[in-house]
Formats: sequence, C-alpha cells, structure tokens
Amino acid sequence: MGMTMTQKILAAHSGNDTVSAGQLILADLDLVLGNDITSPVAIKEFRRLGKDSVFSKDKITMIMDHFAPNKDIKAAEQCRMCRDFCGDMDISHFYDVGKMGIEHALIPEQGLVTAGNAVIGADSHTCTYGALGAFSTGVGSTDMACAMAVGKAWFKVPAAVKIELKGSLRKYVSGKDVILHIIGRIGVDGALYKSMEFTGEGLASLSVADRLCIANMAVEAGAKNGIFEVDELTLDYIRSHGGAEPRIFKADPDAEYDSVLSVDLSEIEPTVAFPHLPENARTFDSIGDIPIDQVVIGSCTNGRLEDLIAAAEIMKDRKCADGVRVIIIPATQQVYLDAMEMGLLKIFIKSGAVVSTPTCGPCLGGHMGILAEGERAVATTNRNFVGRMGHTGSEVYLASPAVAAASAVTGKISSPWEVVKA
Amino acid sequence: MIYKGNAIKYGDNVDTDVIIPARYLNTSDHKELAAHCMEDIDKSFVQRVKPGDIIVAGNNFGCGSSREHAPIAIKASGISLVIAKSFARIFYRNAINIGLAIVECPEAAQEIAEGSEIEADMDRGIIRCINTGREYSAPPFPDFIQKIISSGGLIQSVAKGIIT
Repeated sequence: MGMTMTQKILAAHSGNDTVSAGQLILADLDLVLGNDITSPVAIKEFRRLGKDSVFSKDKITMIMDHFAPNKDIKAAEQCRMCRDFCGDMDISHFYDVGKMGIEHALIPEQGLVTAGNAVIGADSHTCTYGALGAFSTGVGSTDMACAMAVGKAWFKVPAAVKIELKGSLRKYVSGKDVILHIIGRIGVDGALYKSMEFTGEGLASLSVADRLCIANMAVEAGAKNGIFEVDELTLDYIRSHGGAEPRIFKADPDAEYDSVLSVDLSEIEPTVAFPHLPENARTFDSIGDIPIDQVVIGSCTNGRLEDLIAAAEIMKDRKCADGVRVIIIPATQQVYLDAMEMGLLKIFIKSGAVVSTPTCGPCLGGHMGILAEGERAVATTNRNFVGRMGHTGSEVYLASPAVAAASAVTGKISSPWEVVKA
Repeated sequence: MIYKGNAIKYGDNVDTDVIIPARYLNTSDHKELAAHCMEDIDKSFVQRVKPGDIIVAGNNFGCGSSREHAPIAIKASGISLVIAKSFARIFYRNAINIGLAIVECPEAAQEIAEGSEIEADMDRGIIRCINTGREYSAPPFPDFIQKIISSGGLIQSVAKGIIT
C-alpha cells in the first residue's frame, strides 16, 4: 500500500521501508524546540533523567517569545532558567530578546528547518513547518525533555486527510481565509489525530507566507500536522534562507486517505471566525455590524512581512477609528527591520496604531493588549477560545491582516472592500 | 489499576486555555496550577473536586495549546481519570507522558450523569456507573504505551533505557 508525504518522512526517520496508519514508531528528530513557557517544565524533567549533556547542541532551539521581554518577575525567572540551561549545554540556537522572534516565524526565517525534516516542538503551532515539506508537530514538555536527551520521539503514524487545492486566490483573500474556510467546513476536530496533506494545482498560487499560515492552523482542526507538497517556491525559500539540503517526499499515487476535501481557492472570500471556536467561520454576507475595541495584527500565524504589507496597503493614509486600539507586532527582528525600511511602520504609526517588539504577548492573553470584560477584538491570531486574550467575558474574532486592518479603520468588523471602495 | 470517584461533567471542545488560563503559565508549580484548574469554564471546580473524582467530557477534550500545565493541573487537583468521547492529540500524549489516566469511551461519556459514582478498571478496560449499574468497555492501551505508563511515565522509561 502506498504512503502519504507524512508517512514517508516518518518511515525514513524510523528505519522502516514502509509504515502505515496506526503503527507506533520511534523516530529520529532533526530539530527539537521549546519556548519560555514550555521549556522550563522540560528542563526540570530533563534534570530528572540525570543526563549531563543533550543529544545534539545544534538540533535544539529555545526561543524566548511568549512572556518576553519579561512581563513580570516569574516570567523573568523562567527565561533565566532557559538561558542558564542553554549556556550549560552549549546550545547553539538560543534566541533571547534582541535576536528572538515568534518561534514559528523565526525558525523558517533562520533556515533551521528544511523539507523532509522531522521536527517536534513544545508548542502546538509547531505544525507550521509543514509548509516547507517537513513533518512537524507540537508535543508537551516531557516529550521535549526526552527528545533533548535522546533525539527521538514516539509517534502513532497518522491517517490522512487530503486537501486538494485548485484555482487561485482573489484580491484581499489570503492563506488565513483559506484555513478559516477549511476549519469552518470540517470543524475543530475535523482532522483529529490525522495529517492534513495539501496538494493540487492551486498550490502554485499560494505564497510561502500563505502556506506557513495555513499549516500553522492545522492544529486548530485537531490535526497532528499539516504538510504541503514541495515545489520550486518552497525550494527557493529554503535556499534563500540558508536551510539545509532539502529531501523531497512525494505521496504515492495509491496512498490512502480517510477523506478528500476539494477547495477552490477562487471561491474563497474574506472569512472571520466568531467566538469561541475557530470553526465558527463566517463570510461578510452574514456578519453584520459588530463594533470592536481592539485590533491585533501579528502572531505566529500572521506576523510575517507579507501580512504587514497587506495591512499597510489598507491603512495607508487612513486613520484608525476613534476608540479602537490597534496593536501591530512584527513577528521577528528581520520582519521589523524590513517593515521599517519599506516605510510600513510609518504608515501604521501615522494611522494611530502602535508597533511592538516581537512577542506572542496578546495572542494568549499574556501581555501587550489584554482585553477587559465585554471588550471585543479582531485578531490575526489563531485561537478565539473563552478568555484567550483576557477576561472570560471578552471576545476574539479571528481574521486575516487585510480584514483586521479594514476593521481598524472602520471600528467594526469590516471587509477590505468596505474601506477601499469608500 | 482501579479508579473510583464521582463524575464531574463537561461538554465538547474543553480547551487548554480554560483548563489552565495562560495568565498562570508564569509558573510550573503543580499546586499553584491546580489552584486555578478549570477556572475559566467552571469556577466551582476547585472547591468541589475531591481526590479520586473523574472528569467525564465530550469530544476533543484538551484542544488548543500544547501546555503540559493542563494535564498537570488536572492531576494535581485530585482527578484520578478523565473519560471523554475523544481527546485532542497533544493533550492525549501529555497525559500519558505525565501519568494522568485517560480513556476514550463515547458511550460512557454520553450516558454518565454529573455526580454519578464511577468505578473504572483500566486493566480490563471496564467502566462501571454505580448509580445505573451500566457497564462500558474501552479498548486498553497498545503495548508500547502500556510500557511507558507501567514504567511511571516517559521520563522514567527513558531513564530505565526503554527508549534509548
């Protein structure tokens, strides 16, 4: 029986010629990552193993992004624990304030992952790197601890959902709209335990930024991982970011899929996920007038340069609506610098938005834009669960950078077309 | 292993943000995490949970963030077992890795009422509701996972050389 892309990567990393869905394997890992919230738990567990070294100092990365720059004393202690550990273990890829960015934007940008890799991270959005043709999935801190020790992790080989893309995106529609549309169709457990395998002629019209955004939210459909077929665009991206030699795994023609979902990109419209689940996807024919208090443009989902360009195009020479706090967070130092050199930061600041140093901050209700009771935000982030961005009585609406920027200008949830036509 | 306790019931898609809100993730202290367990979905949980109690939930329990703080908070609060129609996969992994017993059993999760007395024999894969007398069967874990659990969790299985 044939294998999917994910199954081929897992076979190659576990010394098996073939694997099939449901099989338990022990796989060698190319990269193990953690952040300032999950790594401290992993470090404590690692210490219990009694090992005095890690499996590879170059295949582990820790990124201080969630509550960094330190939001309080406890956060400062957690970052220090990571800093000390990476120093003790001589870990090469430790990213602290000044070098750090939001992990899932930073790692591809720094060329730490390439096609064909097997990656785990103690962060659920580790599935992002599937955009580059890698198997990559989120795990917990104990998995991270053991992986730091032995460079391996156990997996149940996942069954798959095939997502066949055709057509191309229309103006003001992006990867975010695609993934919200898909989650709206299949639900937050629509791909539970499975891999989402993206393929089809529609791939060609999706930028790497779009693909990273789509793979990033595979976990919001319950998936173990999302993975994209590798094409020239992927290879150009990997090479230009200094990534290691790619290994391309193509699905066999007779690979087995539990289900196949056909998505016509040309039919997708700007999409918003209503509280309190990412599956509550709606398009503007059923949204109505919803006034907002805050807009957040950033996160591992949508804090890349392409996202800031999309937002700036709409906010240029326009003012943020009175009473709306607009927070823009470039995901990495490089994105920040590029946005500055392109004049995007000036556009944001002149419109009345603030621009922050990279941090996950508000996405998980950590800091840098917490919501009060009854407040409503449009965010380009990935989760709109109860209390995700602050008070349990607040609301988060998930959207693309273009929709978020348009909403910033009008003060209510708005399609980019409302602003551009006006 | 036999688990005995009263059911505390929840619906579908209980996410890790409500199990342990991110505002408490600046610590990894088990007692401190337990003090805020389920706070954003059920403020009464911490007061009413008794050692041994069993959470009975719907589909996709533990969805969202990979934070291990979620199963840790549940375990440290005294919960002995979580029965759900299905679990989100990272939560499922984390629970096994830290030694919180969990089991997927859609029928039991559907029928068992809040407050019911439950006895679950996880070696035999049998869940019994004392109040109704009904029995439910759940598939036991595969060998590989049983080895991790029987050695006391993932850390112990690496320390003992089961995973090298």
